[in-house]
Amino acid sequence: MERPFAITLEVGTSRHNKTGSWRVERPVYVDRLPPCNDACPAGENIQGWLYHAESGDYEAAWRKLMEDNPLPAVMGRVCYHPCQTACNRGSLDEEVGINSVEHFLGDLALDKGWMPEPAAADTGKKALVIGAGPSGLSAAYHLRRLGHTVTIYEAGANPGGMMRYGIPKYRLPREVLDAEIRRIEGMGVEIVLNHKVDDLATVLAEKHFDAVFLAIGAEIGKRAYVPAGESARILDAVSFLHSMEGQAPPLLGRRVAIYGGGNTAMDAARTAKRLGATDAVVVYRRTRDRMPAHDVEVEEAVEEGVEMRWLSTVKHADAGKLLLEKMTLDEKGMPVATGEFEELEADSLILALGQEVDLELLQNVDGVVVADGVVQVDRNMMTGVPGLFAGGDMVPGERTVTVGVGHGKLAAKNIDAWLRGTTYSRPERHEIAPFDMLNTWYYSDAPQTVRAKLDVARRRSTFDEVVQGLDESNALFEARRCLSCGNCFECDNCYGVCPDNSVIKLGPGLRYEFDYDYCKGCGICAQECPCGAIKMVPETI
Amino acid sequence: MPFQPIKFYQTGSFVVGNRLLSEDQRSVQSSEDRTNSLTLGHRACQGCGEALGARYALDAAMRASGNQMVVANATGCLEVFTTPFPETSWQIPWIHSLFGNSAAVGTGIAAALRAKGKQDIRVVAQAGDGGTVDIGFGPLSGMFERNDDVLFICYDNEAYMNTGVQRSGATPPAARTATTDAVGPHPGEDFGKGKNLPLIAMAHEIPYVATATVAELRDLEYKVEKAMSFHGARYIHVLVPCPLGWGSAPSDTIRLSRLAKESGLFPVFEAEGGDVTSVSKIRHQVPVEEYLRPQRRYQHLFRPQADTETIGRIQAIADKNISRFGLTQSDPE
Repeated sequence: MERPFAITLEVGTSRHNKTGSWRVERPVYVDRLPPCNDACPAGENIQGWLYHAESGDYEAAWRKLMEDNPLPAVMGRVCYHPCQTACNRGSLDEEVGINSVEHFLGDLALDKGWMPEPAAADTGKKALVIGAGPSGLSAAYHLRRLGHTVTIYEAGANPGGMMRYGIPKYRLPREVLDAEIRRIEGMGVEIVLNHKVDDLATVLAEKHFDAVFLAIGAEIGKRAYVPAGESARILDAVSFLHSMEGQAPPLLGRRVAIYGGGNTAMDAARTAKRLGATDAVVVYRRTRDRMPAHDVEVEEAVEEGVEMRWLSTVKHADAGKLLLEKMTLDEKGMPVATGEFEELEADSLILALGQEVDLELLQNVDGVVVADGVVQVDRNMMTGVPGLFAGGDMVPGERTVTVGVGHGKLAAKNIDAWLRGTTYSRPERHEIAPFDMLNTWYYSDAPQTVRAKLDVARRRSTFDEVVQGLDESNALFEARRCLSCGNCFECDNCYGVCPDNSVIKLGPGLRYEFDYDYCKGCGICAQECPCGAIKMVPETI
Repeated sequence: MPFQPIKFYQTGSFVVGNRLLSEDQRSVQSSEDRTNSLTLGHRACQGCGEALGARYALDAAMRASGNQMVVANATGCLEVFTTPFPETSWQIPWIHSLFGNSAAVGTGIAAALRAKGKQDIRVVAQAGDGGTVDIGFGPLSGMFERNDDVLFICYDNEAYMNTGVQRSGATPPAARTATTDAVGPHPGEDFGKGKNLPLIAMAHEIPYVATATVAELRDLEYKVEKAMSFHGARYIHVLVPCPLGWGSAPSDTIRLSRLAKESGLFPVFEAEGGDVTSVSKIRHQVPVEEYLRPQRRYQHLFRPQADTETIGRIQAIADKNISRFGLTQSDPE
C-alpha cells in the first residue's frame, strides 16, 4: 500500500496499539467471603440474600435464604446474630440489622404463602430423623429437598423442640413456629409425634431406614446440690419453661430467685416476671461481662425489671429465703468464696445451670463415643456407627437454634453423600473480606433502623411478642445498608473509572470482564472498588 | 411528624452506576452506549487522570449536544498521547493546531458554523493547565470577553507534564517540578505565585464557570450538561492528577482528587454571571497532610523531618478556601 513519506503504519485507530503489554500487575475479579457469611452458624449466604432484598425482590431474597435455612421467621426472632457482630459496617457506623431483615422476610413469606422449591426427584432412599427440634427439622428439610424420603420421630406432643419448650412465647410466637414447621411438612416430611425412641439399637436393627440423624437435644436441666430445708421450693429452669406450654403454670410465689447466668436464666426470670412475680432476682457467681447470656437478653431482662445479684452463690435454701455467699474473682477470673454471707428473700429458686443430654437411647448401640456428656462426631457429622449421624445440642458446640440449624444442614449434605455412596467435601472457603479492603467513601451514610419494642409495662404482664418487625420501607432501607463486602454488586465503578476503557460491561446480572489487550494495570479499579471485589495480581513473565 | 419518604440507594450517587436507580437517573459513564470519545489504545501513562477527565467530560458533552459537537485541542499530553500520527484515539470530530490557540480555534469554528447556519453543532475547546493559564491565556481571555459560543475545558494537572514536568501558572506552592527544585530555604514552587483561572474567568462575568474533579463523576457530568445548556463563553476547570508529575501511585489518581477536594485545597463550585451559585460541600474533612503525603512532589515537606511551617501555610490556603466558599456542611447554604 502507498504510504506517505517516512510513514510505516496505516492511518487508523489507536486500537492497533495493544497497551496491555505495559502491564506488570493485572486486576482480577474475585468473590470474597463477607464476615457475616463467615460468622453465620447456619451457613447462610447473607450478602447473597440481602442483594435481592436491596432491589426490593423479597421473594428472591427469601428463596436465597431458604437454600440454607428453612426457618427464617423463627431465626429472625431468636438468633443471637453473630453475623451482626462480625458485620464490617459496624466499623463504619452501625452494623446492618441483618436479623431484622430476616425477620421481615420470614414474616412476609408466611403472609404471602410462599412455598419452598419442590423437592428433587425421588431417590428411593429413606432417612430417619430423631427429634423435631431446629437441628432435626433443618436436616429433614434439606434431605427432602435432595429427594430423599424423610420421617421424624418426635418424643413430644408437638414439634419444635427447644424452640417450643425452651424459648418463651414473647420471643417466639407459636403461630410463627407452627407455620414454618407446617411448611416443612408440606414438602412431604412425615413427623411422627409422641414417639419417643428409647432404644436406638432396635431401630437400627430393623433397617427400615438407610441413614439416621440423631438430634434429641439437651433437655435435662443440670442439678447442682443446694442444701435445702424441707419446705424450700426448688425447680429447674428447663422443666419450668417446658411447663409453660399447655400445662398449668407452676406456683412460684411473689419473690423468685434464678440461679445461673445463661440465656435460659434470663428466659426463666423474664417468664417469672410475666407470671406475676414482684421480684425476679438472677443470682450469678461471676460478673456481667463474664455472663454467658447474650447482651440483648440481659438488657431486655433488666428493662423488664429483672434484678441481678452478681458475685453470689446459693449456699442454702429455706422456705422464703436463701443464704447467699459473696464471691470474688481471682486473677484468672474464677470465682472464689469470700466467707461473707447475706440473705435473700425468695419464695422459690429456679436452677438454670445448664442442660444435659439424655443418652439413654444409646445404651445398646456400640461404637458411639460419648465424651463430656455429649456425642462425638467426625467432621462429616457421623458418629462411630456408619450411617448414624448426630447434631444439635447433643454434640459439641454452642447450643443455639442457629447452630442447630447449621448442624442439620451439614448433616443432610453428608447423609446425602452417604446415601449416594460418596463423601461430601466442603467447598473451599473464599478469602475473607476485611473492613480495610473496602472503599467506604462510596457508601451513603445511614444509621441502623431499630425494631420497635413493646411497651415495658405490657412486657411485664403479658406474653406478647417483645420485638416488633420492620415494615417494608424500613426493611428496604436496612437491606440497602449492606456493603456487599467482597462481592460485586454491579455499581459500574470499575467500568467508569478505568482511564483505558478496559473494563467491559456484560449487562445486568452478568458483571464485568477486563480487556487485558489494553489494560495497563494501573490498579484504579481495585482501589476504587467499594466492596473489595477486585484483586491485583502480579503478571507472570 | 411530617411524612418523609425514604430515599436511600446503598451507594447513592457516589459510584458510577447504581442498579437500584432507574436508567434515566444513571450516569453517562455507566452506560454501555457511552461515546467513548477517547477510545482504547491511547498512550497515556498508567492511571492518567487527564485521559479519564477528558472521557468523562466529552462523553457527557456528546450526550448533551445530541452527538453534534466539534472539539479543538491545544498541544499537550492529551494531544500527544491520543494522536501519534497515523493513529488516533478520538471517536469524535477533533482538531489540533497549536499550543496557545485552542480558544481561538474554537472561536473560529463557532464563527464558521454560525456563518453556515449550523447552530445546532456545539463547540468545545480544551487544553491542559499550561495551554490554559499560561500560553493560551490571551486567546482564552479574548474568547471570554467576546462571549463566543464555546465551552472551554481545562484539564489541570498543575504543571507541564508532557515536556517533563516544568512549572506552570497552575503549579501549587511548595510543589517540586523540574524547574522549581526542592532545594534552598523555600524548596519547591514559591508561595503567592500562580493564577486562579476559575476566578479570573468569573471576573469576565461569562455565563457559566465551574470546577470539578475526576473523583466526583456525577458532579462533573452535571456541570458539563449544565454548561451545554448555555450559549456564550463557558469555562470548566477539572483537576486531573498526574501520577508521573506528582510522583503518586497510578492507582491513587481518584483518591488524590478526592483528598484535594476534601481537604479544601481544591474548592469545587459553580458560578453564573460571575457569582458563585453552588458549592460541593466537604463530606469528610481531612488535613492537607493527607493529600500531600502520598505525592513525591511534596516529599521534601516530610523528609528528613516534617516541615510543619510550610504544611501549616498550605493548610492556611485550604482554610481560606473553606471559609471563602463555605465548603463545610455546617455553613449556611
